[in-house]
Amino acid sequence: MKISAPHMGHLHLMLADLFQRMGVEYVKPPPTTTKTLQIGAKVSPEFACLPLKINLGNFIEALEAGADSLVMAGGHGPCRFGYYGIVEDRILRDLGYEFDFYMLEPFNDGAWKFYKLFESLSPGLSIRSLWKILKVSFSKGRAFDRLYKRALQIRACEINRGDTSRALKKAEAVLTAAYSPNEIEEAAAESMAILEAVERDPDRQVLKVGIVGEFYLLLEPFSNFGLEEFLGHMGVYLERSVWVTDWIAPNRNNIIYGYPKKLVKQKAAPYLNHNVGGEGQETVGSVVLFAERGFDGVIQLLPFGCMPENIATSILPKVQQYHDIPVLTLAFDEQSGRAGVITRVEAFLDLLSARRMKRNAGVAAPLEPAAAAMSERM
Amino acid sequence: MRVGIPRSLLYYKYLPFWKTFLASVGLEVETSPMTNRKILADGVKVAENELCVPVKAFYGHCLALRDRVDALFVPRVVSMEERAYTCPKFLGLPDMIAAVAERLGLPPLLTPHLNQREKPSEFKWQLINFARDEFGIDRLDAVAALESAKLAQRQFQDGLAGGRTPLDLLPQSRLNRPRRRKAAGPSKRIGLLGHPYNIYDGYITQNLIARLEEIGAELVVPEMTDHHALMNAATDVPKQLYWTYEKEIMGAINLWTEKRQVDGVIYVLAFACGPDSLIQVLIEHRARTYNVPLMSLTIDEHSGEAGLVTRIEAFTDMLMRKRREHGNVEAVA
Ligand code: SF4
Ligand code: SF4
Repeated sequence: MKISAPHMGHLHLMLADLFQRMGVEYVKPPPTTTKTLQIGAKVSPEFACLPLKINLGNFIEALEAGADSLVMAGGHGPCRFGYYGIVEDRILRDLGYEFDFYMLEPFNDGAWKFYKLFESLSPGLSIRSLWKILKVSFSKGRAFDRLYKRALQIRACEINRGDTSRALKKAEAVLTAAYSPNEIEEAAAESMAILEAVERDPDRQVLKVGIVGEFYLLLEPFSNFGLEEFLGHMGVYLERSVWVTDWIAPNRNNIIYGYPKKLVKQKAAPYLNHNVGGEGQETVGSVVLFAERGFDGVIQLLPFGCMPENIATSILPKVQQYHDIPVLTLAFDEQSGRAGVITRVEAFLDLLSARRMKRNAGVAAPLEPAAAAMSERM
Repeated sequence: MRVGIPRSLLYYKYLPFWKTFLASVGLEVETSPMTNRKILADGVKVAENELCVPVKAFYGHCLALRDRVDALFVPRVVSMEERAYTCPKFLGLPDMIAAVAERLGLPPLLTPHLNQREKPSEFKWQLINFARDEFGIDRLDAVAALESAKLAQRQFQDGLAGGRTPLDLLPQSRLNRPRRRKAAGPSKRIGLLGHPYNIYDGYITQNLIARLEEIGAELVVPEMTDHHALMNAATDVPKQLYWTYEKEIMGAINLWTEKRQVDGVIYVLAFACGPDSLIQVLIEHRARTYNVPLMSLTIDEHSGEAGLVTRIEAFTDMLMRKRREHGNVEAVA
């Protein structure tokens, strides 16, 4: 069996680890490129949301690369994601591809079903060993997420542009090589140390921006034109509301993000008092949280036509008004271009800098690194 | 107190129930006019640009009622059956309207929370509590209101099962539908698939029904089949659909194709409709497999009537040609 799954940020690192432990051959789809998206968009319904289109591109490229089995996560609504797999399977078969398809439904949908799926991938796998594998693999995933989170903060203050990204690559490699629980623990510390060693300017005045929105858009840099790295290079300190291991962990305590789902929903309640699928409620609640913590602004990322996020976008003007925080909403589809996105982000950062300056009025405002970086680019 | 029900979205499914319930607890009920240019334009102006056209129209209907009622009825219809949902947008609708209420000067909103996902019997209590909290109605009176509302809804559904459409059964304004003009020769049986708030909203769908009737089409709509029969017919998928209304649509096309109840299908879907964007794939596959011609018609606030007429004429002509070539498709009682 040669199994593959769609890309989503660094998910492939976790999957490679998981499948190795299970003794299943994993075919990593070729990296997502514009061509991947074009292939996927061509075979997708026109107004399917962007993640589905990229998924399909990944699947097709993986099948062409020799995969014979595909796995996709499931869910039970109310949004589209839980039904992606069924539709993707249909589209691929209509195109003439042959493969085995596995849909991984959430654990709380039935532990037995969950186990059976893994067992069918790796016959003879006992419940105990599956549990152990998942635990170790997950702890490695957590270590990855901690690195990525820290990088978002460090990059804003790096002295040599690109140092953080380079250090992150090294740290990633160290962690990827770790296998046993002990090795993982050591590698987690070592990789974090690599990242912390990035030379920084501790006095730099940085803008603080929260990133919220739909989870695929937040987790897959390809889909948002590497926006986080760009913002980091502009000297913007970032925190983000969605993390892959937070999303997988059934308790939803959001250890990486730092705010349990329950709290986020409470914060959203005055404005959006019901789950609307996806991250709709989390987006609204997170804007409130970032505002309360004094962030300069929030950027909301979503696939064009994303239902939960469109609901959130409809409500955010009220949140912005009550909490006095600027929000930039960016919707992406296969027609989006990097230049347009960057222009809007730069204008937004100007706005945030101006607000910061006003707030600090009277004090000689230090040169905003964002503004500095911008003039340097122009 | 006068309460306004926007003539939009789930109005087309549950008006008899809601109206009877609200009237039975002592409210005066008013509905907004049929969608017109101003209503849609107003809605488009305030609604988020990426939303589907029926939700945009809903904003417009709320505005149309603004100065005529003391409260707006915007229920949160989460789920109408076990283990299912309606559409995310119905889950968020009261909050979306509330977010613009102040700015637009809308009257207070009445937003009962209707959710039968966990337990269908909850529905009753949700309404009883709603009547108590909002209007101080005691339980017995609320139960009585609920019973008459159910009765009204059942009559509506019986009427639909008898071959009539929501257009025949729901109150209409003077802008009524045209009289049927039977064309000479064998008529074409066209299955009209889609959400009722699109299909039966003459303004949103550019008088699609009237157009089809003018050219002598015999229309078959999902509402003519009993809800449970539709649900049963939609179970042949590897994973059950969790959107009730999409399941109805799937059930309808499955029945129509299997029993050869239609010569062709027109599938109306709103631009940016989330659920439809996915099941469209399954519907088109089904039609292909059973060799039933299908035309997908995407609508938004910019759709023009001229383009629509050309497309449906081309489609019905094709159906006629096909019928002449292959002889009559066997009829099913
Ligand atoms: S949350 Fe958005 S992107 Fe995800 S399935 Fe729903 S509509 Fe699509
Ligand atoms: S089902 Fe589609 S058309 Fe209806 S409200 Fe939801 S997105 Fe809009």
